[in-house]
Amino acid sequence: MTTRNRPVSPHLQVYRPQITSILSITHRITGVALCGGAVLLTYWLMSATYGAGAYADAQAILGSWFGRLVLFGVVFSLWFHLANGIRHLVWDTGRGLEMEQLRMSGLAVVAISVVLTLVTFYAAYSVGG
Amino acid sequence: MEFRSQLGRVRGLGSSHEGAHHFWVQRVTGVALVPLVIWFVFAAMSMVDADIETFKTWVGAHYNPVLLILLIFTMFHHAQLGLQVVIEDYVHGEAAKITSLILIKFAAVLIGGSAIFAVIRMTFGS
Repeated sequence: MTTRNRPVSPHLQVYRPQITSILSITHRITGVALCGGAVLLTYWLMSATYGAGAYADAQAILGSWFGRLVLFGVVFSLWFHLANGIRHLVWDTGRGLEMEQLRMSGLAVVAISVVLTLVTFYAAYSVGG
Repeated sequence: MEFRSQLGRVRGLGSSHEGAHHFWVQRVTGVALVPLVIWFVFAAMSMVDADIETFKTWVGAHYNPVLLILLIFTMFHHAQLGLQVVIEDYVHGEAAKITSLILIKFAAVLIGGSAIFAVIRMTFGS
């Protein structure tokens, strides 16, 4: 039995990155990152039930430059995963699977998630200080 | 030679051992999360610098605790379904795979349950 000419799954080291494959792995990475975001949300909620000191600590940690950096990543992950998740739902109906449509919807997802992330951060810190 | 009936094959003994159920629940929770997450981001923005009394009042106010609990439940359910796929893709030893899958599910229930309980406590004032 010869297996020489069978198609093989992409070897990532030699596989030319394309918007389809990049966004696919980004969807997975942002999904895993959002699990961390869910833990942070739990920490934030629980800190308030432990009293003013614990809550102040949580606010200080999340409001520090590092906390804000992490939250920036979480917010971007949220918008990206949401926008690309909708893209997945459209695919599930059998639509949008031509190469050109994939490229356009992929670019749209990137643009939407970047803009929404910046708007969210600008709004959050201009409203909340 | 395939001895199983077509019905037997369809009833859950593909590689997932559960047919399309996982796929379907992943989509349904995803759809539910779209409005919940958009609501939460807008709501959380005004809580960025809130003191503890403001925060607790907001958590318990009006319909907020219901939406928060729905968000937390759906989010952790969706998250553990997603992590399950990642584990199934990258963890190959059967023992390690089963162990990490169970740990993920326990963790989702523990952390998600804690978050929901925190919302309930704040709603009823402690």
